[in-house]
Amino acid sequence: MITYALIFCIGSFALGLLLNLWRVVKGPRISDRILALDTMTVNAIALLILLGFSLASPIFFEVAMLFALVGFVSTVSYCRFLLRGDIIE
Amino acid sequence: MPIADLPLWAEIAVTVFLVLGGLFGLVGSYGLLKLPDPMTRLHAPTKATTVGVGGALIASMIYIFASEGRVSMHELLITLFLVITSPITALFIAKVHIHLREKPETLPEPRDASGWASFTADGPAKGVRDMHPVEPGAPDKTA
Repeated sequence: MITYALIFCIGSFALGLLLNLWRVVKGPRISDRILALDTMTVNAIALLILLGFSLASPIFFEVAMLFALVGFVSTVSYCRFLLRGDIIE
Repeated sequence: MPIADLPLWAEIAVTVFLVLGGLFGLVGSYGLLKLPDPMTRLHAPTKATTVGVGGALIASMIYIFASEGRVSMHELLITLFLVITSPITALFIAKVHIHLREKPETLPEPRDASGWASFTADGPAKGVRDMHPVEPGAPDKTA
């Protein structure tokens, strides 16, 4: 039963990743693109957790943690660059 | 996939949380694509961040507890980090949208008539200074 739920969950997060990619390509404004990229990191974190789940490997939690950190820093620095024209003043 | 045999309660709980997480993740990404304007689009991915990833993390915690008998703390760390950072990200993205695409005239009027703090040249401190005015010649202690 868990196997089918895992397949469903991985499939829906992967489909979500594709929908986000569509928004990145289509998004009429730059804020939509940043938001879609940020959502892509969140979906990628979920996929990494589910991959660690299905491979029974604890390493993927560290990878997901690093992904959350780098995704947050990159989103904030992109926004800051657009707002101030500089990242570290 | 090496899925261990679990007791029935754990199997049902893991399945429910996985399906819930997957559904909410999909709803968040679909809403990001479907909603009409940037400020409403900001609302949709919060579902994927909280319940979507949270469901997958809770399912993983229950699975590890039921199969190995230990409580895994990595999931709580990831949840804590996501919950701390997602409001900051949302604030920054909203500010980018406001500064690139809106003017004070196109935004709704704020209630206390001190204007949108994001658009005043001296920032959020202006409203505080209006409430506690400083004498013109008084020395500035913070300078």
